[in-house]
Amino acid sequence: MKYAMETILLALAAFAALLGAAFAKDSQFGAHMWVLFFVLTASVIVLMRTSSYAPAGVSAEDNSPYMDGPVRYGVIATVFWGVTGFLVGVIVAAQLAFPDLNIEPWLNFGRLRPLHTSAVIFAFGGNALIATSFYVVQRTSRARLFGGNLAWYVFWGYQLFIIMAATGYLLGITQSREYAEPEWYVDIFLTVVWVAYLIVFLGTILNRKEPHIYVANWFYLAFIVTIAMLHIVNNLAVPASFLGSKSYSLFSGVQDALTQWWYGHNAVGFFLTAGFLGMMYYFVPKQAERPVYSYRLSIIHFWSLIFLYIWAGPHHLHYTALPDWAQTLGMVFSIMLWMPSWGGMINGLMTLSGAWDKIRTDPIIRMMVVAIAFYGMSTFEGPMMSIKAVNSLSHYTEWTIGHVHSGALGWNGMITFGAIYFLVPRLWGRERLYSMRMVTWHFWLATLGIVVYAAVMWVAGISQGLMWREYDEQGFLVYSFAESVAAMVPYYIVRTIGGLMFLAGALVMAFNVYMTIRGHVRQEEPLPGAAPAIQPAQ
Amino acid sequence: MALLDKHKTIEKNATLLLVGTLLVVSIGGLVQITPLFYLENTIEKVEGMRPYSPLELAGRNIYIREGCYTCHSQMIRPFRDEVERYGHYSLAAESMYDHPFQWGSKRTGPDLARVGNRYSNEWHVQHLIEPRSVVPESVMPSYAFLKETPLAVDTISYDLTANRRVGVPYSDEMIASAEADIRAQADPNADTSGVLARYPKAKLGDFDGNPAALTEMDALVAYLQMLGTLVDFSTYDASADYR
Repeated sequence: MKYAMETILLALAAFAALLGAAFAKDSQFGAHMWVLFFVLTASVIVLMRTSSYAPAGVSAEDNSPYMDGPVRYGVIATVFWGVTGFLVGVIVAAQLAFPDLNIEPWLNFGRLRPLHTSAVIFAFGGNALIATSFYVVQRTSRARLFGGNLAWYVFWGYQLFIIMAATGYLLGITQSREYAEPEWYVDIFLTVVWVAYLIVFLGTILNRKEPHIYVANWFYLAFIVTIAMLHIVNNLAVPASFLGSKSYSLFSGVQDALTQWWYGHNAVGFFLTAGFLGMMYYFVPKQAERPVYSYRLSIIHFWSLIFLYIWAGPHHLHYTALPDWAQTLGMVFSIMLWMPSWGGMINGLMTLSGAWDKIRTDPIIRMMVVAIAFYGMSTFEGPMMSIKAVNSLSHYTEWTIGHVHSGALGWNGMITFGAIYFLVPRLWGRERLYSMRMVTWHFWLATLGIVVYAAVMWVAGISQGLMWREYDEQGFLVYSFAESVAAMVPYYIVRTIGGLMFLAGALVMAFNVYMTIRGHVRQEEPLPGAAPAIQPAQ
Repeated sequence: MALLDKHKTIEKNATLLLVGTLLVVSIGGLVQITPLFYLENTIEKVEGMRPYSPLELAGRNIYIREGCYTCHSQMIRPFRDEVERYGHYSLAAESMYDHPFQWGSKRTGPDLARVGNRYSNEWHVQHLIEPRSVVPESVMPSYAFLKETPLAVDTISYDLTANRRVGVPYSDEMIASAEADIRAQADPNADTSGVLARYPKAKLGDFDGNPAALTEMDALVAYLQMLGTLVDFSTYDASADYR
């Protein structure tokens, strides 16, 4: 029987989950273990039903040069979790505008917000990174993924992590560490999956048939090892019981705050930047059919980016009880970070030298270029907001939310969409996407959605900050806090509309990807400019 | 450039690339975080700070569970408007027993670092059940279910023990009497001399308006009512705390 060992291990794990549910010390842990039990049992059933009982040694060998199964699943998971994450985002945005949409206790804003952030960053972004890194490392190393079925373990293990994290938030299981909310047992499981990911990725590089390690793989590798370091240190905690969900952080107060934001900022720096730059360095040259602009620039900006990013965490703690020297250090390094960030942007944009006309004719290139432009914009805005004087106004306001979304939707979202549109026809062996016009629709819905969102959040955040500090001529505060909340309502409504547009674009993509995988080709007029008119000979 | 040409060595050796990356990304965190465990102004003690009482700790865990930190900060910055609005700026020592910290990053609602003693228990209960009945502009969700949910008390000593393992000075006596203390603090008829001796300034009595039941609402309100009340700023010497 194929996968006999895996099936037995899963069944044992399901039984352990059942024991955990039976002896749970708190009701949330019990409920969470029931969730785990059902997920694992379902996996066992699926595995047994799909098993082939051919005699040993007769199994069909997969002789293709590359292992693309996990990449295909990863692309589908990316689209699915993307739509889910954006949908939850629209829901939480609507909850802020219309608080009656909160359904206590499981669907209150406080429990849904980590679900939204984790779904977008770790489920959508994480799956995009794992899938593209598996695709890119095989092509650029001319080697099959190392470790055989270990790549499948990474994919399915990561989905299980997402399900456990997401259901945990709804049950109220959280460490309250932003972007690291899952509790201790989910963290330990993720560590195991992540080490397997490192083994697959590094093993493939070590097996490479190319003398050089391609630049995209430097970024992917830096992302994988740094996230491992950050994840382990930031989640050091002592559980109240090994059969309970609650744990207490090893650090407290100031030390805990800086450890968390050292993690938090570098979740941005390594998960959402370094990893996605790896994506950029493969898919932009491929789609533009041009070499990377500058080899030297890529060396300089790689090393300076990963060195400087780690220092930027304290800018999340300006004017708090963190010592001044640490705040200033964080600010100075954040401003220096502007240079390597723009080094990456320039290297990405200039790769289009000689192929700029493709922005007119190729909507996928257009998506990638807008992604890089948003990367440049948010890596300028970030250092600016880390300046203490600016931060004293922007901190705690909606401005920060706008900044995060111009990075996450504009940069991470758009570059991922570009990579998905590149990958789907190739992975499923289709001649082209189902519809290029739908890509154009997606492009405009997403771009306009982001512009609406970011612009509204700028106005909202700056008014909020100014209202809080407004004094009248007698020296009294002008606004009560409640008045600043009331002033936000119109912005919250428009922001929800921006989010809805972005979600609509993602739904168009999901349909397009589905039809492409099914093998349909839409009969449509070619895009204007796609087939250049033949010039008469001079 | 000669130096950049040497980069070929790293590009051809995955182990070297891995080790180099790890070294480069370790430096920043080491330089910034390590000193915080040794520097005087980040580890000093301030008169009045004590570990959370079992009821307050249970309330704090509900605060974390419900994600209150996603909209409320607990960190007052040293600006004129913030000090006037919320009270004395927050000290490092005030979160020394916070595992994890709850400074927050967003103020959709107001800062709560010193919300203790500002409103009555009745106000808090009403506000948590139906926020817009007391603050019409509020966009806060309702937490009425807390008043109907009995507080889990039988595992509270596990929580104190885990806190002691990470450095909170809970004594054997505190851990042994944790379950009795959590009941007594919210019971208007109980003998509370032990609670007060172990946890000075603890707020006593029924919090949720129903003395017959010990609910999650009791715990959360007890926690909110002690926030920022431990340090006496009428006697606090700010010049000793220059940061």
